[in-house]
Amino acid sequence: MSNISEFSLKKIVNGIKRKDFSSEEVTKAFIEKSKNSKELNSYITECFDDALKSAKNFDKKKDNKGLLAGVPLAVKDLFCTKNVKTTAGSKILHNFVPTYESTVTNNLWAQGAFLLGKLNCDEFAMGSSNETSFFGKVSNPYGKELVPGGSSGGSASALAAGLTPATIGTDTGGSIRQPASFTGTVGLKPTYGRCSRWGIVAFASSLDQAGPMTKNVDDCALLLQAMSGYDPKDSTSIDIKVDNYTSKLTEKVKGLKIGIPKEYRVENMPKEIDEIWKKGIDYLKDAGAIIKNISLPHTMYALPAYYIVAPAEASSNLARYDGVKYGHRAKGKNLIEMYENTRSEGFGDEVKRRILIGTYVLSSGYYDAYYLKAQKVRQLIKNDFDKSFADVDAILTPSTPSAAFKMGAKTDDPVSMYLNDIFTVPVNLSGLPAISVPAGYDKNNLPLGLQLIGKAFDEQTILNLSLAIEKRANFKKNFNVWWS
Amino acid sequence: MSIDKDTVKHISKLARISLDEKKVADLSKDLSSIMRFIENLNKLNTDKVNPLTSIINASLKSRNDEVNSGKIRDQILKNSPEKNEEFFVVPKVIE
Amino acid sequence: MSEKKFDYFIKGEKGKWEVIIGLEVHAQVLSESKLFSSSSTKFGAEPNTQVSLVDSAFPGMLPVINQFCVEQSVKTGLGLKAKINLDSVFDRKNYFYADLPQGYQISQYKNPIVGEGEVILDMPYGTKKIGIERLHLEQDAGKSIHDMDPENSYVDLNRSGVALMEIVSKPDLRSPEEVNSYVKKLRSIMRYIKTCDGNMQEGSLRADVNVSVRKVGDKNFGTRCEIKNVNSIKFMEMAINFEAKRQVELLESGKKIDQETRLYDTKKNTTRSMRSKEDAHDYRYFPDPDLLPLKLDKSLIDKLKKELPELPDQKKERFIKEHNLSPYEANILVSEKEISEYYEEVIKESDKKLATNWIIVELFAVLNKKNISISSSPISAKNLSSLIKMISSGKISGKIAKTVFEKMQNGDKDPNQIVEKEGLIQESDPKELEKIILNVLSKNQDKATQYKSGKVKLFGYFVGEIMKASKGKANPKLVNDILKIKLK
Repeated sequence: MSNISEFSLKKIVNGIKRKDFSSEEVTKAFIEKSKNSKELNSYITECFDDALKSAKNFDKKKDNKGLLAGVPLAVKDLFCTKNVKTTAGSKILHNFVPTYESTVTNNLWAQGAFLLGKLNCDEFAMGSSNETSFFGKVSNPYGKELVPGGSSGGSASALAAGLTPATIGTDTGGSIRQPASFTGTVGLKPTYGRCSRWGIVAFASSLDQAGPMTKNVDDCALLLQAMSGYDPKDSTSIDIKVDNYTSKLTEKVKGLKIGIPKEYRVENMPKEIDEIWKKGIDYLKDAGAIIKNISLPHTMYALPAYYIVAPAEASSNLARYDGVKYGHRAKGKNLIEMYENTRSEGFGDEVKRRILIGTYVLSSGYYDAYYLKAQKVRQLIKNDFDKSFADVDAILTPSTPSAAFKMGAKTDDPVSMYLNDIFTVPVNLSGLPAISVPAGYDKNNLPLGLQLIGKAFDEQTILNLSLAIEKRANFKKNFNVWWS
Repeated sequence: MSIDKDTVKHISKLARISLDEKKVADLSKDLSSIMRFIENLNKLNTDKVNPLTSIINASLKSRNDEVNSGKIRDQILKNSPEKNEEFFVVPKVIE
Repeated sequence: MSEKKFDYFIKGEKGKWEVIIGLEVHAQVLSESKLFSSSSTKFGAEPNTQVSLVDSAFPGMLPVINQFCVEQSVKTGLGLKAKINLDSVFDRKNYFYADLPQGYQISQYKNPIVGEGEVILDMPYGTKKIGIERLHLEQDAGKSIHDMDPENSYVDLNRSGVALMEIVSKPDLRSPEEVNSYVKKLRSIMRYIKTCDGNMQEGSLRADVNVSVRKVGDKNFGTRCEIKNVNSIKFMEMAINFEAKRQVELLESGKKIDQETRLYDTKKNTTRSMRSKEDAHDYRYFPDPDLLPLKLDKSLIDKLKKELPELPDQKKERFIKEHNLSPYEANILVSEKEISEYYEEVIKESDKKLATNWIIVELFAVLNKKNISISSSPISAKNLSSLIKMISSGKISGKIAKTVFEKMQNGDKDPNQIVEKEGLIQESDPKELEKIILNVLSKNQDKATQYKSGKVKLFGYFVGEIMKASKGKANPKLVNDILKIKLK
């Protein structure tokens, strides 16, 4: 079964259940593919020996009850995994080995899956191209010089290249959806509070959410079901029952109302983005959905508000990286010098920028003008969505303003990099769920995704709508393997 | 609003990150650019708006007053770059 | 009526100055586990053994609030007659220090859980109301130990995350004596409610003292300095004295007071500046995004109100009205919960006035000598009560009671047994007394004659002899009565 690495997650789960193949065979297939794909630089830590052990153990025990029984999964290196190095893509945590397991990964292992490896990401999840990782840039399977998107770039790249059957990432401003769009994969950011944040290296507490990244929508529903749930250890976790997303998954979306926000038609929007958006509208019409024009008037203020709130929270969340308890420590004649050198050596440029902006906007005299103002804008953006959702069931937009760009194309000006998140950020600010599903290609045959935004805790509707698009878009991954 | 070099130095002290002169100059440029972008918010009047206080309309969940953790000194000290059997060890503060 | 007047002023060269003091008291909440984590709060554990992953700020760790700590601070607020805010917010106070693993402290800034209240002090010159500005909940920091290594400090995070109530007073205090009284009153209230054990030696009660001065008659406040690291009431008083004089001297020589944080040096009895102005903290407060706003139900507040025990002020009023005690006596008996409990136990079966006297005078003398608290009293309330009952019934005299009292201290002996064993029962049989009296008189006939002819002072001599003859057991009142008759 040399093609196992091409199989979807569901096909693998069912195949293991039916004994078409063993967990060991599956694991070996992904290990081999991963070993042959080092040029992508998707992995930070490989756990191949332990994965093989787990697979063999599984085959012996034959405990088939879990949703993901016998499946090896690589995960973004932002999830703390017990006894396995967890770096957050940073030098400051380059040698950190947690003695605890994050709730979300624990949920996966409880469903019978086991760890294949830790995947590369932008440092502390700050970035849209996976160019800021201490462990080097990640390449997009669609082209060596192309970025896979970020911050979950290693996850998207590994997934698209078939190095892992599925994976999980985190999304604070688009870090699951944007790389999904750039690599022709499916990525979902759940409603804020749907998945636990306990054990995930924190970036911006009021925005971070873990989510599934998969080859297709069916897999996405399955993985979301496995990872979600209330966690009393996370005070922002919500105690709402997890739907059976898989059994309720259907492409029967007739009669659902889809909002098309006019403000997302931005100035100088590339023609192909507009075209794919139109295609998406057509697909959904064909499926029986009703299209409605809506207005989200404060959309243009979302990015500036995000770049106040996220860095502010990050500047505080990253204060714990001081060389005292774990991670990198530099020399210093006294405590302050040790702190300053440790953090200077340990953090990369983008992280430094965001910590400093965050520190600045919270500093004495500026709190009202920036942070407080941004929180007010956030309320307005949320109100926009709430108003619209009184009339529609979901909102359709492009996922990204372009397809994958070349490495180095946007690293001169931080703001040009930030504009990548223009369609995804409003969703994080309002805490809503959203999914990116591959819908077409740009003129260079690079993948483009469409985004569906849903009501709070209504992941089912956007999964169903994405399935309807997926079936009609017939997206096929079409890259040539340019590595080994 | 531009962020001049002195401001960069001040906030880097607050954030405990040391910077050399070149870095200070680069950051002054980058941060000023970011601030100009952020200041687009000034176009919006938010006088009558209440700030978002929580995404989720739920009440703060609490826990009972029970001891369920601790007694894991080995784990706590395990990752520390400098420690002895009982304590984290850090360079002295200058008062 | 108190005759004493308030008289704490600094007499400078150019006039009289008054001292304005405000206190920020940090009181550790009595609870089993910490405010946002479930590790233990017990004092004195081995370093870093009461530390969880949350306490040491590992990546991905999140706070979950301890409901009991919330209730303890509400109860304290009720004890301070303060407004309970049904909506409050936890904010992050951002700064770097080795004993602050998160790089921020979870505290409350603009929306504390408790608002304005008051504390009433009994001063020699009358009662005084001290306003409470607010009370908020926050995390305690760990401990840095600086003297175990010449180049390094050692960090112990056991205390990191323990719940603290920060009680901020209005700047209503005017003397070290008032500060003394205020701290003791706060401590007493919290010990009554069992929300803080007030143990200053163990650090469960600490205070930062804000001091400024102004010329008497001036309505404006002067620039204040904050004195940190004063861990006993005595040192607080001394620090205030020094600081007030320092400020007056500076101002009178035309200089300005720098608003700064100072440390009190216990050896030199001086305050010194803690850090330069440049290093002033900018705490960058913002609401903690890992926590939702705290919403309290009025029904919870009502429930907690019902659970409050009788507070010192109420108890004092009741003792004065119902027990007929003087304000001075009532004050002492309510000053510590243990004392009031002891007293209330004693008076269950014995006379209130006698009980008051025996506790305040006799028992306290013993406790002070041995330097122990009433909880370690060598005589239990039950046994003291028995002793007093014997006095009231006339079984023993007051004088004999003192002897018995001393003997009781050795192992909290039952006074009834002592009296039986040593035959100390007071002689109150008139017939027996008459015998003794007649005996004494017959042995002192010449003195009796002298008394009858006017030397009345000899009465005392006879009483003394009668007491001697009866080995102190004669009922003094009856002796008096009978002797008078016999000497007619």
